[in-house]
Amino acid sequence: MSPKKKKTDDLINFTIDGQPVQARPGWTILETAEQYHIHIPTLCFHPAVKPWGGCRLCVVEVRYGKRGKVMPSCLNPPLAKLEVFTHSERVLNVRRWVLEMLLADCPASKEIRDLAREYGVTATRFTITDPEEECLRCGRCVAVCNEVVGVQALTFGSRGVNKQLDTPYRVPNNACVACGCCVTVCPTGAMSTRLDLVRGDVSRRTGHGFAH
Amino acid sequence: MKATTLEIDDILERYPKQPQHLISLLQDVQAEYKYISPEHLALICDHVGVPLTQAWAVATFYKSFSLEPRGEHEIKVCLGTTCHLKGGGRLVEACERDLAVARGHTTEDLRFTLDTVKCVGACALAPVVMIDEDYLGAASIPSLQKRLEKL
Amino acid sequence: MERIKSAAQLAGLQKKLLKAQDPKRPVVRVCLGPGCLAQGAAMVSQAFKSTIKAKKLRAKVQPLIKETGCHGFCSQGTLVSLSPADLFYVRVKPEDVEEIVEASLVKGQVVERLLYSDNGARYKSAAEIPFYKMQQKIILKNVGIIDPLKIDDALMAGAYQSFAKALTQMSPEDIINTVSLSGLRGRGGGGFPTGRKWRRAADIARENPGPVYIIGNGEEGDPGAFMDRAIMEGDPHAVLEGMIIGAYALGANKGFLYVRHEYPIAIRHLSIAIEQARSLGLLGQNILGTGFDFDLQINRGAGAYVCGEETAIIASLEGRVGEPITRPPYPAQQGLWNRPTIINNVETWANVPHIIDKGAKWYTDLGVPYSTGTKIFSLVGKVKNSGLVEVPMGVTLGRIVEEIGGGVPGQERFKAVQTGGPSGGIIPYEFKDLPPADMKPARVGLSAPVPISELKKLPVDFDSMAQTGSIMGGGGMIVMDNRDCVVDVARYFLRFLQEESCGKCLPCRLGLKGMQEFLDKFSRGQGSVEDIDELKSLAQAVGDGSLCGLGGTAPNPVLTSIRYFRDEYLAHIKDHKCPAGVCKDLIIYRVDPKTCNGCTLCVRNCPQDCISGRKKKPHTINNAACIRCGACMDVCPVGAVIVE
Ligand SMILES: Cc1cc2nc3c(=O)[nH]c(=O)nc-3n(C[C@H](O)[C@H](O)[C@H](O)COP(=O)(O)O)c2cc1C
Ligand code: SF4
Ligand code: FES
Ligand code: FES
Ligand code: FES
Repeated sequence: MSPKKKKTDDLINFTIDGQPVQARPGWTILETAEQYHIHIPTLCFHPAVKPWGGCRLCVVEVRYGKRGKVMPSCLNPPLAKLEVFTHSERVLNVRRWVLEMLLADCPASKEIRDLAREYGVTATRFTITDPEEECLRCGRCVAVCNEVVGVQALTFGSRGVNKQLDTPYRVPNNACVACGCCVTVCPTGAMSTRLDLVRGDVSRRTGHGFAH
Repeated sequence: MKATTLEIDDILERYPKQPQHLISLLQDVQAEYKYISPEHLALICDHVGVPLTQAWAVATFYKSFSLEPRGEHEIKVCLGTTCHLKGGGRLVEACERDLAVARGHTTEDLRFTLDTVKCVGACALAPVVMIDEDYLGAASIPSLQKRLEKL
Repeated sequence: MERIKSAAQLAGLQKKLLKAQDPKRPVVRVCLGPGCLAQGAAMVSQAFKSTIKAKKLRAKVQPLIKETGCHGFCSQGTLVSLSPADLFYVRVKPEDVEEIVEASLVKGQVVERLLYSDNGARYKSAAEIPFYKMQQKIILKNVGIIDPLKIDDALMAGAYQSFAKALTQMSPEDIINTVSLSGLRGRGGGGFPTGRKWRRAADIARENPGPVYIIGNGEEGDPGAFMDRAIMEGDPHAVLEGMIIGAYALGANKGFLYVRHEYPIAIRHLSIAIEQARSLGLLGQNILGTGFDFDLQINRGAGAYVCGEETAIIASLEGRVGEPITRPPYPAQQGLWNRPTIINNVETWANVPHIIDKGAKWYTDLGVPYSTGTKIFSLVGKVKNSGLVEVPMGVTLGRIVEEIGGGVPGQERFKAVQTGGPSGGIIPYEFKDLPPADMKPARVGLSAPVPISELKKLPVDFDSMAQTGSIMGGGGMIVMDNRDCVVDVARYFLRFLQEESCGKCLPCRLGLKGMQEFLDKFSRGQGSVEDIDELKSLAQAVGDGSLCGLGGTAPNPVLTSIRYFRDEYLAHIKDHKCPAGVCKDLIIYRVDPKTCNGCTLCVRNCPQDCISGRKKKPHTINNAACIRCGACMDVCPVGAVIVE
């Protein structure tokens, strides 16, 4: 067997929305779709950080034999012969509800409003607690600070409905190196209004995550 | 409250300096001092070698940690399914009225902390209230009031 | 204690202990389980000790007081059983102790008034009581019998015999095979075949050598369930034995027991048991001289329901926030510190020694084909006999609730049963076989759906339960009567889950709140019929979109309640009535003038001062000011306060 032949053997053949596609080993369904210019919406995925799987906007329905399942495309590798549907009824149902609820959760975000409109969601029936809110807790900022910058200046505090972007004791964190990466990766611009909550006295920065 | 409290160093000594012991250490400090002070949180971080942000995330994520001093007595009203069906909700409301404190909070004089728990495993005796380490089974508003008066 | 170095030595020790035991010595077993503690069991036990001391009983009758785990019949606590007289006393108070000692221990008589009586019959021994008679105790066999703090007591009851057999007579492969053949399925809720899980981990571990870990899941977060607590408190060595056998089969040298911190007694008993096992050499290095090393450590949960989920436990053990991650990779592939990790519920672990001891065939003979063995249920709620019930799988729900549980006090039938906690559903008494389209395929897809004519006849096994839209779950079984509102219960679970969700993924963090907004509307008598369908659609989205099982199963209580109790939803929405009299915005409290004897207790207890009436005259409630706190109902000695 020639090495070249072996290579094509490793490729995973499956379909997305009926179209035959090939994935390299290690690719996710989302990455494969991008190669073929098939659009799947995402909010928490960012190529600079490990996929976190929080926003669930990238969900697709997969059918394997008789079984159907909805799963996030940013985290799951394809299997040979898998049938993937990016816009099935079940998928759209998840996206529409998530978007409608996001309209109530971060009503100030234009990005969310635009995305929602693409899915025909223009109004929300849910209670808006903070009209100024833009942060959807997608975790990109936390991940980039931790994985790429390596300082862990910010984190999520509390849990569930109270989960929020935090620094210890909600005071600016001197571990922050003021690099602004968090602002860059933020999908809604929420981080730019919050940077001063994180960035401490830059002159005292220590450059690693252990400053208190 | 106990007359003497352990030194923080003695508690730290119980665990090797590894990140995996963060939660156990927080629990021990919580048990000893009834809350985790900023100084202790920093000392724990240094001991196990994790950034303060991680300890903060952990301390605010898990319900059993408190970053503020708690009351002398802890009243935990069970709101597990069985206790809910048998009127646990009315018991918390009664406590909130009687102690003038919202659930999850401590009275101003630091006498009582009122909290709710999700099932203490004594469901056959629902509704159940835990007062410090004691269980009060088949509780009613009058029996609870009587018990609290004794404290 | 001397370290045991071989299986023969262990058998010798057991024989020696049994021989030294005096079968005629009276034993008083006082239940110190959670239910009895809530009824003052600690004082009863104290009373026994001091009375016996004070009386200076002659050496001949010097009784042994054993403080045991839960006897099961918690609603009758404090329970005291005497052997060899085989007497079973219920509702024992400290003041009864003197009489028990005097009559039963000294004179050998029976204290009639403390016996359990029902429908005119009095029962002297526990075995005759219908509640116990219909059970088959295997996992709970020693719970309530042995002193959980004494390893000698456990050894005399046969603990660690299977462990010795497994380590000295079986290969790891034999053990995995036996467990596979037994058909054991996980007791933590998912019902995944344990043997298959172990085989997968063993294969992966073989391919990439290095440490393997095992975890005992004692988080028991489902509210209304306390079987795991009873095992951990009442027979901790059973859990250890199962875990050591599992560790040997899987090649693990380190195990963790993750126990929720709300169970301090379980944590204490397990810690003591581990210490004892270590000092006997049953844990540690070169166990029984076989060259196998294994040690166990206890980690306390820190108050997070989601930390019952496998990947969240792992995060928690590593010292991180308990946020689940997507599977695959499964913990068996990449778990604790990225090494193969096997997580089983503590009840699952406690099953293992029995399977090793008596064999796979014996185990499959218990229960039904795809759900083998016995299962412990915590039968609570509006049921006469509440407590722990262990029955073979496949026993009908009617048998558990009506025959063992004695049905709803004062009512002909129960309204519904809630199983599986927040991941489960509410199934009605009128449950009839579902149209095939509605039948959910059984989770593991092993057995075909069977039509069932009524709920009472529903066999309680993994697959039949799944067909109803509920799940068997950990074993919580909460009986509801017609004073319980399904809208309220569905709301209750959503509130519970919102407080417990980790908040990582949007369908769960936002969707639980969203679903609750719908239900809040209904409970206020608002909303429309279309809203019910919208809620169903949202529930589907939450179930499909969520990352872990918490959000994934969160729709179950909502969907089952809509499916089976649509009329009750409509009563709220269209008639603005809560038929069960629970939803505060739709009810009023009223004093029945015929029953009220004018004692003024309610007047004095009303926080709103909205009850008026003179002494000895019927009272009235001013409904405009009433906050429906129920204080009057609780204090009324004649039950004159009614809800409409
Ligand atoms: C949100 C959530 C909570 C859970 N809580 C528990 C629990 O309290 N106890 C438990 O044994 N399993 C619990 N589980 C199931 C575990 O994830 C896991 O499946 C189980 O411990 C495996 O053991 P088993 O195969 O012996 O059942 C929970 C699962 C989820 C998704
Ligand atoms: S489903 Fe809920 S608990 Fe599970 S990961 Fe998502 S937010 Fe966390
Ligand atoms: S992009 Fe996949 S979950 Fe957010
Ligand atoms: S529900 Fe309250 S003790 Fe279980
Ligand atoms: S606690 Fe005593 S019988 Fe259950």
